Amino acid sequence: MAGAQTQLIEGLNALSAGLILLTAFGMVATRQVQGVMRFFVVQSAFLAASAFLIGFDRGSIHLLALGVITIAAKVIAIPWVLKRTLPGDLYERREINQVINIPSSLLLALLLAIAAEFLVSPLLATTPDPVIHVNLPIGLAGILIGAYSLIARREAIPQLIGILAMENGAFFAGIAIAPDLPLIAELAIAIDVVLIAVVIGVLTRNITQTMGTTEAAAMSELREEPPPWR
Amino acid sequence: MALIVAVSLPLLAALLCWVKPLRSIAWGITVFCLSISFATSIMTAGQVLRDGRAVAIPGWIEVDGLSALVVLLVSFVCTLAAIFAGGYMRHGSQQTERLWRFYCNYNLLAFALIVVPAFASPNMVWVGVELITLFAILLVGFEGTPSALEAAWKYAILTLMGAPISLLGFLVLYWAYHSSGGGTAETWQGLSAMSSTMPPNLLKFAFLLVFVGFGTKVGLAPMHTWLPDAHSQAPTPICAVLSGIKTTVPLYAILRLLAIILASPEARIGNWMVVIGLFSVGIAAFLLLQVRDYKRMFAFSTVEHMGIILVAAGFATHEAAYGAVAQMLNHSITKSLCFYTAGMVLLTLGTRQISEVRGLIRTSPFVGGALLLCSLAIAGAPPFPIFLSEFSILAAGLRSGHNVAVAILATLIVVAFVAIMRQVNGMLFGKPESTAPVERVPLSCRTAVVLAAIPVFILGVYIPGPVHSLLTLAAQQLGGH
Repeated sequence: MAGAQTQLIEGLNALSAGLILLTAFGMVATRQVQGVMRFFVVQSAFLAASAFLIGFDRGSIHLLALGVITIAAKVIAIPWVLKRTLPGDLYERREINQVINIPSSLLLALLLAIAAEFLVSPLLATTPDPVIHVNLPIGLAGILIGAYSLIARREAIPQLIGILAMENGAFFAGIAIAPDLPLIAELAIAIDVVLIAVVIGVLTRNITQTMGTTEAAAMSELREEPPPWR
Repeated sequence: MALIVAVSLPLLAALLCWVKPLRSIAWGITVFCLSISFATSIMTAGQVLRDGRAVAIPGWIEVDGLSALVVLLVSFVCTLAAIFAGGYMRHGSQQTERLWRFYCNYNLLAFALIVVPAFASPNMVWVGVELITLFAILLVGFEGTPSALEAAWKYAILTLMGAPISLLGFLVLYWAYHSSGGGTAETWQGLSAMSSTMPPNLLKFAFLLVFVGFGTKVGLAPMHTWLPDAHSQAPTPICAVLSGIKTTVPLYAILRLLAIILASPEARIGNWMVVIGLFSVGIAAFLLLQVRDYKRMFAFSTVEHMGIILVAAGFATHEAAYGAVAQMLNHSITKSLCFYTAGMVLLTLGTRQISEVRGLIRTSPFVGGALLLCSLAIAGAPPFPIFLSEFSILAAGLRSGHNVAVAILATLIVVAFVAIMRQVNGMLFGKPESTAPVERVPLSCRTAVVLAAIPVFILGVYIPGPVHSLLTLAAQQLGGH
């Protein structure tokens, strides 16, 4: 009953796709730094689950390795690195200021998800593969929603998690469209992602030490001056 | 063989700078390793001229004409910037006890910059470009002052936001390559051989994502806002590397991909490149008019030149492709010279404001003379090389029938020229504000400026045979009809 098993696995993959989208909404809706971080870890776990499912179904060692790499990098390494590099009070029950309030943000995120579906529909016409039909639009939606939260939030750590969530979206689409990417490339990409977290973590620590705040809005010294004729 | 040495020496230098007993001679190690890397990249270019390509690790590290040119530019600028850093960082930095860290990080940046054009696989190019960004972020914020950290932060958020977008682009590219039967590992060479059989929809989507993602790193308008901040706040040798080649390397990847698209039936995308390039040139030309800080001025000029190269690539003819690669070469060598000069001005006078620099040619003839020459060269006056390449781009545009675009481009180049010369005029002439004796520029800085000026003078009047053949070879990879 290989067909039934494949169908079950594709169903489970679609389920984790839905949950990934939900966690993306969760990140937009959460007001606390710690909450955003938790949603990110859960999202990464679903990403790994999807890699394991598809890898198991298609007998792809690459995808199973990708799942292990995702767990190691995003569920374990990144939260640990951020805890180590950042002073503890950045985490403690901090409320995030947001340019646009949460209900409107959720509405915008929903619109972005629908836009992603429309954007990729010409690409989906080229393939009958049901996994691509699920993963590509959800992956692009993850990227767009991550980009939105990056723009709307003015605080360092949520911005960093926004970038990492965008990366999750790209990986989720990659599971379907590039399942046999060379392992070296996959490893290099994963190391890059951890390095992004380290570099931004170090930068954030330096900024808090020098300026005592991590609100991006407070940094506005550098800008174009008004032209002399105005 | 030479290629492996050229790529790995900066990595070795970074390691050596990190070893505790060697930390005090970090500068010497850096300059030594990078000059050997430069010499070996000349040898690699020679090999490419003979055989068409040089292969170090098949399928991973290979160079053809275009990548050999970029490797050569990277190692040239990195070597001279390292020489310049010797005196500059000792006198101009507040962090003298942490200098070994600077050199360690600098070598890592040089490694990432050299390895990106040498990678044969597009996915590894993505990894390399992100590494460049990360090392550059740490160097921009090296001084640790509030404004340097602010610049580093803006730089980090804007350019790292491009990372996942371009990653998805490269994954879609991989999908396009494999779904059309590309069996072996994906390389640039394999991609261009397959360009006409890959599904055009996928190719277009992949290009769009990579263009947006890497466009943030090139500094194309409207994603350029981080560039003047980062390029004015970083230590000056880093500015030379950032403006001279760090923008060119992601642009190299965009042009590679553009050549693949242009060879497929979707050739209309060239016109879009012309429009986007013109937009960047226009934004930069008008911002140049109102700039108050001379390092920012040179940074905006980088946005202008990136736009010009993109316009030339969008014309999609052989002649325009030659103009584009020549402009890449000339921009790199001239812009790094400009930043060395700006660094000398900063060392002698200690201010970044254009309005506070007056009568420089009288107070310090060497610095003033260098500033005059490099601004004429970067603005595109004859007999400097940028004049030649801009002229050939305009001529190629006319011959391919892009009359309106050429008219707009020529006007904007003139606006930028006037803007730069007006600003520099005020700095050079007039009455010096104080008659206090100025600080002497360290010898290593003077050496770097003289060495950097040599190719700028030579290429303006005479293009040696090997350089011409390398440019022709590089232009072939850009395609066109």
